[in-house]
Amino acid sequence: MDLLPFFQWCYQTPVGEAIRNSTWLFPVIEAFHLLGLGLTAGAVLIVDMRLLGVGLSKQPVAQIWSSTRPWFLGGLTLMFTSGPLLFLSESIKCYYSFAFWVKMTALFLVLLFTFTVRRRVMQMHLTSPPPQLGRITALISLGLWFGVAWGGRWIGFS
Amino acid sequence: MSFLAFFEQLAESSWSVALLESEIAYSLIESFHVWSLCLFFGMTVMFDLRLLGWTMRGVPVSEVIRRLQPWTIAGFVMMVISGTLLFYAIPLRSYQNIFFRGKMLLLVLAGLNVLIFHSRVFPGIATWDADAAPPRTARIAGALSLLLWIGIVFSGRMIAYNWFDCDRQPQPAIINFLTSCAPTESEQ
Repeated sequence: MDLLPFFQWCYQTPVGEAIRNSTWLFPVIEAFHLLGLGLTAGAVLIVDMRLLGVGLSKQPVAQIWSSTRPWFLGGLTLMFTSGPLLFLSESIKCYYSFAFWVKMTALFLVLLFTFTVRRRVMQMHLTSPPPQLGRITALISLGLWFGVAWGGRWIGFS
Repeated sequence: MSFLAFFEQLAESSWSVALLESEIAYSLIESFHVWSLCLFFGMTVMFDLRLLGWTMRGVPVSEVIRRLQPWTIAGFVMMVISGTLLFYAIPLRSYQNIFFRGKMLLLVLAGLNVLIFHSRVFPGIATWDADAAPPRTARIAGALSLLLWIGIVFSGRMIAYNWFDCDRQPQPAIINFLTSCAPTESEQ
């Protein structure tokens, strides 16, 4: 299946064109995307660090997870609003960018992991999951997020 | 020697030129700057939100500080190192960039906010440490920090754009004043 026609269609949407033709729209949306990244990273790190036994390691995992979750979802919302807008304005460049595909693959995997396995691990016990399982979960989550951020930054260089 | 002359000289040094021309090194440092941002900004935002009483309400504030501070400091050191290298690759242009100057000003203000928090607000923490929502002074410190760091990330991202650069004349006089640009007669 060739996705190029879809990417070309995205490129030609009025929204994509408006962002492309504006001097400041892309940079401003990009800045919001970066702020969303920071917020998401904070909420993910607090929990994954806890699973690794550092940071807020005295509190139960379930407590840390549930109280930072709204901010995690808020950060994701910010990124899922700004990201597609950026994509529409340069979708053809993205199609030919290796970094873009790395990012999308890692993003798909990390969201799948976060909302299935990681979520189950968080809810497994009233307090905290077994340490070994927690550590593995955190490492997978952090590794995949690292790939998302790396790919994202590298789209700009290609 | 003036800042301008110093950065002019720095821009011509072989290390600075090499860094700028090495695409891999420059890109890696910039990526490193973004990863550090995730750690530093992420920790700072979560702590500010705790000060505001908007997250981790069941965890004492002193506990959040004690446990997260080493990571925040590590992130900050990584940011400063990578940021300095990025500046070193493009010293003159950055120095005269309006967003860079705005970012430095906001950084100083954010630093002052930390100092004030630690000298005025933190000493009295024992009375409200476990409160879900800290007192107003602490909430203000958290809100200020949050706003300042958002401004810093925003202006940092904008440094890449050359809208107000010295070589893009004519610019309004106020811009040239703020960026210490001295356009020649023909450029005006």
